[in-house]
Amino acid sequence: MNFTYTVLIPLIPLFTFLFLGLASGRIKPQLGGLIGTTGLFISWILSLMTVFKYFSLEKVDGAYQQIIGYNMVWLNFSDKLHIDMGVFIDPISVMMLFVVTTVSFLVHVYSLGYMKGETGFVRFYSFLSLFSFSMLGLVLATNIFQMYMFWELVGVSSFLLIGFYYQKPSAVAASKKAFIVTRFADLGFLIGILLLSFNTGTFDFLELTNPQGAAMQTGSGAWLLGLSTMTWSLIFVFMGGAGKSAMFPLHIWLPDAMEGPTPVSALIHAATMVVAGVYLVARLFPVYALSAPVGLEIVAWVGATSSLFAAIIATTQFDIKRVLAYSTMSQIGYMMVGLGVSGYGGHDGLGYMASMFHLTTHAMFKALLFLGAGSIIHAVHSNVMNEMGGLRKYMPITHITFLIACLTIAGIPGLSGFFSKDEILAAAYHHNKAIFFIQMFVAGLTAFYMFRLYFRVFWNKEPHYHHTPHESPLTMTIPLMMLAFASIFIGYIPFSDYISSDFKPFETHIEGIIAIPSVLVGLIGIAIAWVMYKKDSDLPDRVSHGFRFFHRWAFNKFYIDEVYLFITHKFVFNRISTPIAWFDRHVIDATMDGIGWITVSTSRLIKPLQSGQLQKYGFVFLSGVIIMALVLLYAAFAA
Amino acid sequence: MIEGIPLHLILVVATVMFFTGIYGFLTRRNLITILMSIELILNSVNINFVAFNRYLYPQHLQGQFFSIFIIAIAACEAAVAIAIIINIYRRFTTINVEDVSEMKY
Repeated sequence: MNFTYTVLIPLIPLFTFLFLGLASGRIKPQLGGLIGTTGLFISWILSLMTVFKYFSLEKVDGAYQQIIGYNMVWLNFSDKLHIDMGVFIDPISVMMLFVVTTVSFLVHVYSLGYMKGETGFVRFYSFLSLFSFSMLGLVLATNIFQMYMFWELVGVSSFLLIGFYYQKPSAVAASKKAFIVTRFADLGFLIGILLLSFNTGTFDFLELTNPQGAAMQTGSGAWLLGLSTMTWSLIFVFMGGAGKSAMFPLHIWLPDAMEGPTPVSALIHAATMVVAGVYLVARLFPVYALSAPVGLEIVAWVGATSSLFAAIIATTQFDIKRVLAYSTMSQIGYMMVGLGVSGYGGHDGLGYMASMFHLTTHAMFKALLFLGAGSIIHAVHSNVMNEMGGLRKYMPITHITFLIACLTIAGIPGLSGFFSKDEILAAAYHHNKAIFFIQMFVAGLTAFYMFRLYFRVFWNKEPHYHHTPHESPLTMTIPLMMLAFASIFIGYIPFSDYISSDFKPFETHIEGIIAIPSVLVGLIGIAIAWVMYKKDSDLPDRVSHGFRFFHRWAFNKFYIDEVYLFITHKFVFNRISTPIAWFDRHVIDATMDGIGWITVSTSRLIKPLQSGQLQKYGFVFLSGVIIMALVLLYAAFAA
Repeated sequence: MIEGIPLHLILVVATVMFFTGIYGFLTRRNLITILMSIELILNSVNINFVAFNRYLYPQHLQGQFFSIFIIAIAACEAAVAIAIIINIYRRFTTINVEDVSEMKY
């Protein structure tokens, strides 16, 4: 079966990016938006085609095939060392194609309404196209180096879009923070790539992840601190993934990234880019599972820590986008846990499948939550919960879709979040009880903070609005409805028939011992939120007062930002940067200044020779001639 | 060949003229006088050319032609120099060479 056409899926957004970027300012904004949206629509249709085509392919030995749809040698250094660009088709890349293009297309449509009348409308669309191109390139990467390049490209587009309102200092600061933090994490990724490829002699995913391949066996001996080279390289690779996916302790950029326009938060910082880290680990999963179980253990614990940590912070925040940002971090923690507790092959790979499943469902319901939040912000012109309340009367569609998303993320049976979260919990239960209990607790917290948000915004006391909030236009509500539809029904896809760690379908079933407690925990969370936030009361204040030390600690995000500031200022700036600056100023600059000073003073010394006195010149000239003549005469007579 | 006058006497005259010119060039402060000194130098050279041509190679004429060229060039040079001097005078209202030192460093 020919998959060459899939190369168009990332290329179409690239063309629209170039076109819109060059034509920006010369075409009508609405036309620019339509061009961007149409481009994404074509990519979306092609992706859907690919999904159906791929999963209806003949299986080989009961496993889905891995196909190189397109490949070209991009940088050819030598026969062994060459960097390729191509399209890699396997179950998870096809799944990601579907997720990325769906959310991206809906966000494009939504932005037609949300960004209407903003300055830089066409620029916004060109950046969105750039992002879609980079993300699709990342998803389809055939080798780890191609992935790294697109990885950086999504970083750049995220930077550009967070700083979209570049006249706002906080947006500029947030975009810089996001870029620097992820860049720092990517340093780890690069070291990981170098170690991994040096060790295995290949960049190629196909060779790298082949369980019977030569790459898998190399570098298994102890190297440093009792861990093998393979383990170390995968830990470094995971560092890059953790930075991109905002895992503790590299998460500090994600809440600030909410300075960007809300559709961007939905697309980049909820559904697609931030799951790139999960995708990276999933891509290299066979290597993690078979030759670096320690790495996988780290993935699981980092995921569990992050999800608990973020969920606690989310319960205390008042900015609705920040609550959603921490919720995203918490849910990505779930996915990491899913991968971390998974084994390789058959039913052991439950966690892997669950993680991918959760990635898909999360993309739908979190994009829905963000777009719903955007719709609310559009109506109320504020991000802060305290300035909202009673919105269910004014915005019926946003209300219903938001409620569906909240129920989904809380894990209410029948909606998609239930299925995927349940699989992750099941996988955790069979692997590590401690992580299982943490995740169970987080499930309760999730339900609580989402319904805190929901009740606070849509019920509770109505504040005094400057003008009556209104329902958003159709361009915004249609994507909400489509995502709500997806959030409900996508859970019924038998995911384990399509995606598994060894490409072979397996059976899953819901285990009552896990499902029933998790649903109960979710319901308890909802009930607490109901009691505290449905009506305006002083109960939330009294509760937070009761836990005031802990509340203050959590409200200030556990002071992680301050820790970073302390480390960078006190240690990096004072101990490292200042001496380097001193050396630069007093040694390197001084050398250069010295050379300049010598030149200047020499010229000052000899410039009186150019006196402008004609007769002095004439005298010197003549004396020269006479001396020359004498010398020549002497030479003639001496000879 | 001029009767009874040997070459070296003519060369002495030329040398005296040359060094008179040099002396004038280096000591006079008036630009016109300096220009006159330069003319003296040029003419001493002309004398040398003609004398050597006449005494050493009577059958050739190159030396005399050369002196004619030099006279032509001297005329041009005088024209240019006087134009410059007039401009200097207009600008600085002086033709004292010591006051005209704008072109220093």
